[in-house]
Amino acid sequence: MFWDWNYVWEIMPSLLRASLVTIEATFLGFLLALVLGLVMAILRMSRSQWISVPTAGLVEFIRSTPVLIQIFFIFFVFPEFGIVLPAMTAGVIALGLHYGAYCSEVYRAGLENVPRGQWEASTALNLSPYITFRDIIIPQAIPPVVPALGNYLVALFKETPLLSAIAVLELMQTAKILGSENFRYVEPITLVGVFFLVMSLVAAALIRQVERTLNQSLRNPGGGQ
Amino acid sequence: MQLRPLAICAIVFFTAGLAVASFANFREFIPGLLQGAWITVQITVGGCILAVVAALLAAVAKMYGPLPLRWLAVAYIEVFRGTSALVQLFWLFFVLPHFGINLEPMSVAIAALGLNVGAYGAEVVRGAISAVPRGQWEASVALNMPRILALRRIILPQAFVAMIPPWGNLFIELLKATALVSLITISDLAFKAQQMNQTTFRTVEIFSIVLVMYLAISIVITVGMRTLETVAARGMARGR
Repeated sequence: MFWDWNYVWEIMPSLLRASLVTIEATFLGFLLALVLGLVMAILRMSRSQWISVPTAGLVEFIRSTPVLIQIFFIFFVFPEFGIVLPAMTAGVIALGLHYGAYCSEVYRAGLENVPRGQWEASTALNLSPYITFRDIIIPQAIPPVVPALGNYLVALFKETPLLSAIAVLELMQTAKILGSENFRYVEPITLVGVFFLVMSLVAAALIRQVERTLNQSLRNPGGGQ
Repeated sequence: MQLRPLAICAIVFFTAGLAVASFANFREFIPGLLQGAWITVQITVGGCILAVVAALLAAVAKMYGPLPLRWLAVAYIEVFRGTSALVQLFWLFFVLPHFGINLEPMSVAIAALGLNVGAYGAEVVRGAISAVPRGQWEASVALNMPRILALRRIILPQAFVAMIPPWGNLFIELLKATALVSLITISDLAFKAQQMNQTTFRTVEIFSIVLVMYLAISIVITVGMRTLETVAARGMARGR
């Protein structure tokens, strides 16, 4: 008896409840990543090297160390400096920071793809740098990179099981607890795997759809928007 | 990147590091953490080898295999790319014993991470193979080469050069994913860090050293891959 359907129905409600925590962590983390990423991208492109070089160093550092250690770092090291965070908050900040570093590279690609002439035209029109950025550059830079950002949303979603390492009661942690209570790991862990597979496939299909829509509206700007 | 601010930042960080190190005694943690780092390196190397093999097989099967093999390759790629590395690790660790397959934790770690990164690598390999100009295939047919021989002698060596930079990224991903194996009882760098943290409570020092160690390993990978890239590209230029 490898697979027990009764047990599956028994554990399903608690797994579904836990999957809400997973989804919540994903969205909060990604929101943070989007904001931090934009900030890091803008700082990295700053004209002053005293800002751009340390930011570049920080981004590279975050990108080349494991996210699990970063989660541990925020959860265990910050309290030493008097910042005690609940596990969920620490986890969301760590994920947001890690993927923010990745997203900043995506933003940078988008920002660098905006033709120089747009900046020059804005200067000629006497727009302030802030207005230029907000109304001219960002609206042109972001839409082409939305699919790339979407890929990082899926990647972040798949990293949320790491939060189980600092005892956030998300899907993986719940599955492990259920497994150890009933001495049966086959069903809970397989179900978690299936959940992630289904969600990622759905998300990938959605991203492809968004990409197609964006490509169409980029090809005939103004028309059909 | 400009050299002067970089150098000055490096000097500032180095002096700050020295200042911190001089009144926090780092030395006692280094031997234990180095043991963990050695396990991490072993898993990384094993995982990388498995990943390259799995990626090559999956990509070739997906592109040229007979239909059932093609489906198998697609299923492998989608399943391993679509689920979390941690879930895969736990699945191999907790679920396989129920089917009577008992693996050492080390083997589980290498298998899970290698197969996970291999699935991403398969797409890299596929992209690199399809980037080889069609004329190369046609020339091989004209020279009466069997497909396997053409793939091995003509196509793959050219695709290899295009593959190196994305593989460098994947190897670093794999290195970072090795931190997960601490959760299946392997005493790698992340595990040692937690263990020492629980006994000594010197959290700041331990986790800072660990971050720097991971950074050092990933710099080694980056530099190694860049060297490989120049060496391989040099061969290409001569071949043309």
